[in-house]
Amino acid sequence: MRSNKRIVATIAHRAAILCYVAFALFPLFWVLKISVTPNDLLYSEGVRLWPSRAVFDHFDFVIRHSDFPLFFRNSMIVSLSTAVIVTILSSLGGYAMSRFSFRGKFWIVGLMLLTQMFPLVMLIAPIFKILSPLGLTNSLSGLVLVYVAFNVPFATFLMQSFFDGIPKDLEEAAMIDGATRFMAFRQIILPLTLPGMAATLGFVFTAAWSELLFALMLISGVDASTFPVGLLSFVSKFSVDFGQMMAAGVLALIPACLFFFFIQRYLVQGLTAGAVKG
Amino acid sequence: MTEAVNAAPYGRDRRPFLRRLASASEPYLYSAPALILIVTVMLVPLVIGISYAFRDITLLDPFSGGFIGLDHFRALAKDKTFWQALKNTVYWTGYSVALQFCLGLILALLLDKPFRGRGLAQALCFLPWAVPSFLSGLNWAMLFNPIVGPIPHWLFGLGLMDAPDNLLSSPDHAMWGPIIANVWWGIPFFAITLLAALQSIPRDLYEAAAIDGATPFQRFRSITLPFLAPTIAITVMLRTVWIANFADLIVVMTNGGPADRTQIVASYIFTTAFRRLDFGYASAIAMVLLALLLVYSMLIVLLRQTLLRER
Repeated sequence: MRSNKRIVATIAHRAAILCYVAFALFPLFWVLKISVTPNDLLYSEGVRLWPSRAVFDHFDFVIRHSDFPLFFRNSMIVSLSTAVIVTILSSLGGYAMSRFSFRGKFWIVGLMLLTQMFPLVMLIAPIFKILSPLGLTNSLSGLVLVYVAFNVPFATFLMQSFFDGIPKDLEEAAMIDGATRFMAFRQIILPLTLPGMAATLGFVFTAAWSELLFALMLISGVDASTFPVGLLSFVSKFSVDFGQMMAAGVLALIPACLFFFFIQRYLVQGLTAGAVKG
Repeated sequence: MTEAVNAAPYGRDRRPFLRRLASASEPYLYSAPALILIVTVMLVPLVIGISYAFRDITLLDPFSGGFIGLDHFRALAKDKTFWQALKNTVYWTGYSVALQFCLGLILALLLDKPFRGRGLAQALCFLPWAVPSFLSGLNWAMLFNPIVGPIPHWLFGLGLMDAPDNLLSSPDHAMWGPIIANVWWGIPFFAITLLAALQSIPRDLYEAAAIDGATPFQRFRSITLPFLAPTIAITVMLRTVWIANFADLIVVMTNGGPADRTQIVASYIFTTAFRRLDFGYASAIAMVLLALLLVYSMLIVLLRQTLLRER
């Protein structure tokens, strides 16, 4: 009787998990399906789960005859530099938030919360006015600068909760042995936070990889365009070329998903450690 | 005085002035690079942006730029599209957050039990979070499109629709298109943070409760929920604010249509700024939205303080 009940519960549990996986993956599957459907079958087999004839023409076109390899490279440069810089800055900032109690802390936390509150659209015109005389519009470094600033506040909160999970005694012991705080931070605490840093890196990478608004407004030339801007060019044409757009979409998904696939468990682990303190 | 107390555990309270200064400024040195960036790239533009709300700023119009006081706000009070957008924002944010939260909590609870293949299932369930938001917009717009997507045909087959039409062009239900896309995209955020909070609950609490004969529901109510409450408060607050400001999906999927039925305040700001190039008016709307969200966040922070004190 009791074991029967347990078996039913187990089956229900696995079925529920399966539903979630299916819900999460189905839209992505549809992107893949459209990207391999030849144009002549796109509308006639619109509802079929898999086209009767799958081809890679769209991928071939996107890779060899469009600007997408360039967009891909630009996006890669922007997202990787943003992720690395944000991780370094937010490690420093998060450490300060986690380990010190100081007078300005309240205001710093308040400032960072404020940055999460308003529509970023509001900043576009002022940022454009500030960056343009510095020659930072239409350049990848300008984009990196803006993305770093946007992502630092949340990443700092994230890193703070990772540091909160590491006992204070560790660096206190090192400091009694004569190490400066920065040495203790670099040689003892940072290596322990590596999973947390990996999580932050991946989190910021995916955020920068998908940013559209500022990429659209700060960049006007093809040379410095990123992937999202390129993808949008398929839509703004007269007719939407679903096949090519989705082929480019699949390519855009690969790095972000790969990155996230490997780091998500560090995200959970790191946040768990931090949550103990509340 | 406070410095002496701070330094006491290390037995270095008679340090020279410079060293004391150095240790007092230490936290600021660690956070300086991040702070400088935030102030120059976000705070300064924010202040400039707020000043636009009181000016007549239209791009490409050389005669604009004069101060006009509160004119924008007076116009705003009479702007029907704005009031409709405000109502839509509440609808959009409320349903998105509620559904994301409930489904995210269930997913977190499901993933909290150990089972074979959990790592893989977890990674797959969290995958939508990595999808660029505009791409998920395009993706779902495609799924709702009766020509290349299956959903209208399924709904028709289930008898929920009279004909396989595009949900996004129906004035009464169009908002559900972006909401569903948003729920799909946002479940992982709640699942990740709640799963982390769940895994930090000491296991012996559950064992003790089970020995005392508590039913699973009782255990959930008196152990799990109180432990999750502070995390829930802070994540719900952050998500509400983000989602209220999140225009990507709506701009990509419906562009506010049909007939402004899916226009939220954030997408209205976007349209005003970039289609009409009226940055002054856009800033005024943004300020109202910012004020509302600030009030809302204050309430949640107060709520969280009370919850933490009770624990």
